[in-house]
Amino acid sequence: MSDATFGLPVAPAKATPAARHARSEAITAWLLSLPAILSYLLLLLLPTLAAVALAFTDYELGADSVRWIGLENFAELWTDRGFRQSFVNTVFYVGVVTPGSILGALVIALLIEAGVRGRTLFRAVFFLPVVSLTVAMASAWQYLLHPTIGPLNGMLRQLGIAGPAWLSDSGMVMWSLAGIGIWENLGFNLVLFLAGLTAIPRELYAAAEVDGARSAWARFRLVTWPLLGPTTLFVLTITMIRSVRVFDTVKVLTQGGPNKASEVLLHSMYQEGFTFFRLGYSAAITLVFLAIVLALMWLQTRVLDKRVHYG
Amino acid sequence: MVERDISWARDLPRLAVLTILGLLLLLPYIWMVSASLKPADEIFAATLNLLPRRLWVVENFGTVFERLPVLLYLWNGVVVCGGILVFQLLFAIPAGYALAKLEFRGRELLLGAVMLGLLVPPHVPALPLYAGLSALGMLDTYTALIAPSTISVFAIFLFRQFFKSLPDDLIHAARLDGMGEMAIVWRVVLPNAWPAATAFAIFSVVAHWNDLFWPLIVVNSPAHATPALGVLFFRTTEGDDDFGALMAAAVIMTTPLVLAFLLAQRRFVEGIATTGLKG
Repeated sequence: MSDATFGLPVAPAKATPAARHARSEAITAWLLSLPAILSYLLLLLLPTLAAVALAFTDYELGADSVRWIGLENFAELWTDRGFRQSFVNTVFYVGVVTPGSILGALVIALLIEAGVRGRTLFRAVFFLPVVSLTVAMASAWQYLLHPTIGPLNGMLRQLGIAGPAWLSDSGMVMWSLAGIGIWENLGFNLVLFLAGLTAIPRELYAAAEVDGARSAWARFRLVTWPLLGPTTLFVLTITMIRSVRVFDTVKVLTQGGPNKASEVLLHSMYQEGFTFFRLGYSAAITLVFLAIVLALMWLQTRVLDKRVHYG
Repeated sequence: MVERDISWARDLPRLAVLTILGLLLLLPYIWMVSASLKPADEIFAATLNLLPRRLWVVENFGTVFERLPVLLYLWNGVVVCGGILVFQLLFAIPAGYALAKLEFRGRELLLGAVMLGLLVPPHVPALPLYAGLSALGMLDTYTALIAPSTISVFAIFLFRQFFKSLPDDLIHAARLDGMGEMAIVWRVVLPNAWPAATAFAIFSVVAHWNDLFWPLIVVNSPAHATPALGVLFFRTTEGDDDFGALMAAAVIMTTPLVLAFLLAQRRFVEGIATTGLKG
């Protein structure tokens, strides 16, 4: 991404006016960056380092003393069944939302690209959840999925099916949340796929057809899929990074329940830190979360490197 | 995928499938609006009716406005999103310009710091920021809501990339005209930053208008609650018994941004697709 031109020869120092100019340029640069630097240090770097340090203490808000306890928090995490559940749930959520929202977005993108009519309209419709207030839409989902008065189970009843308790059945709740997650992420991925599809040269399809790729599936397999590869890899990592942050829907709809069946990493972190005020323990969960995000970002840079080679 | 003049008749199956999928996706919106128009007995009736038999708009929306300081929440949302955006731009544009166009020692260091910052999700510094604001007695204020988001390394990165593509001649010409470096930033660079600034503004406002995590942590009274928090407050006070009013509240809080999106659809999609890559 960065095509920096570092190491440009600075004006030779012996020419006094040039040297003076270089100095004034440096001073200007630091002055211009100063507000950003100060807020960066105060609001980002320092708190982040403090969060890392906190994870190795037993700090609780309002406690008189803080003790350095090494890896004790992490040892506790390891044996904490609630945390394990929360970790597994987060992995499950990412594991369902990622393929679900990518496949759905790809199919819809192909359908939209296959013609010229309704392109803007459909793009707007599918993008709507991205700009909608998550808390409000979660409330709408709560009504939709309500076991007795919810329209979804109402429709199922008319088909003669007894719908489950979508959000209060411990075996069902993560599936429901993941379904809502797919619904939330679909439009975003759709827009990325549409951009990727537009970039494929039209002549390639014509050439493939001449070469005997008669069916739409053959053209998809021979042209669209390989050329969309870099976009797909990119969408894949982006969706994982986005969905590992699931919090709003859990907080609004289930609070991690029933009986921790829908606990996820950020919600556990929120509970420990801001409900029980166990800041040290909560910081340890934050570090686990950060480690996952960093691993995914590392994967992403690997993918992006590949993307460059595709050209 | 092959561009041809497809007749309506041949295009119809495609449009039908898209319409069905679209309606499925709109299901929560459709039922949200439907419930906000219905009286409680119709919502709780076992039958499935999309349209209300008795229109209950005034009652449902009336309940919301009566029990909830709706306008205050919306205003808080505007203040918080606006405040965050102004500071983000104020901090990021000059820094982005310096990193893109000025030669100075330590530039690589600053750039490295920006790249490092890009790796950290906002949830990570949340605990110490909360403890700090709590120690300063600043919880439940606009400052607590705005300050932690004023630094956006992503904005710095975005503006740096954008300014790198500005022709150097533009800046040299301004220097030859005798303009100082600060004047160049305000009178040459800033007017040219609009495309990047609007894209970033849309991304930033959507992200912060919809954010629940941070407001939930630092605010606990209605006085400074944002729309997201407002809906949550309404849920906890009203519980499950008044779905009509809850849906009405959801409609009210969702409308402003959705309306803005429908009015400037292309800009939104481009803004979020190009800048939202950060996630």
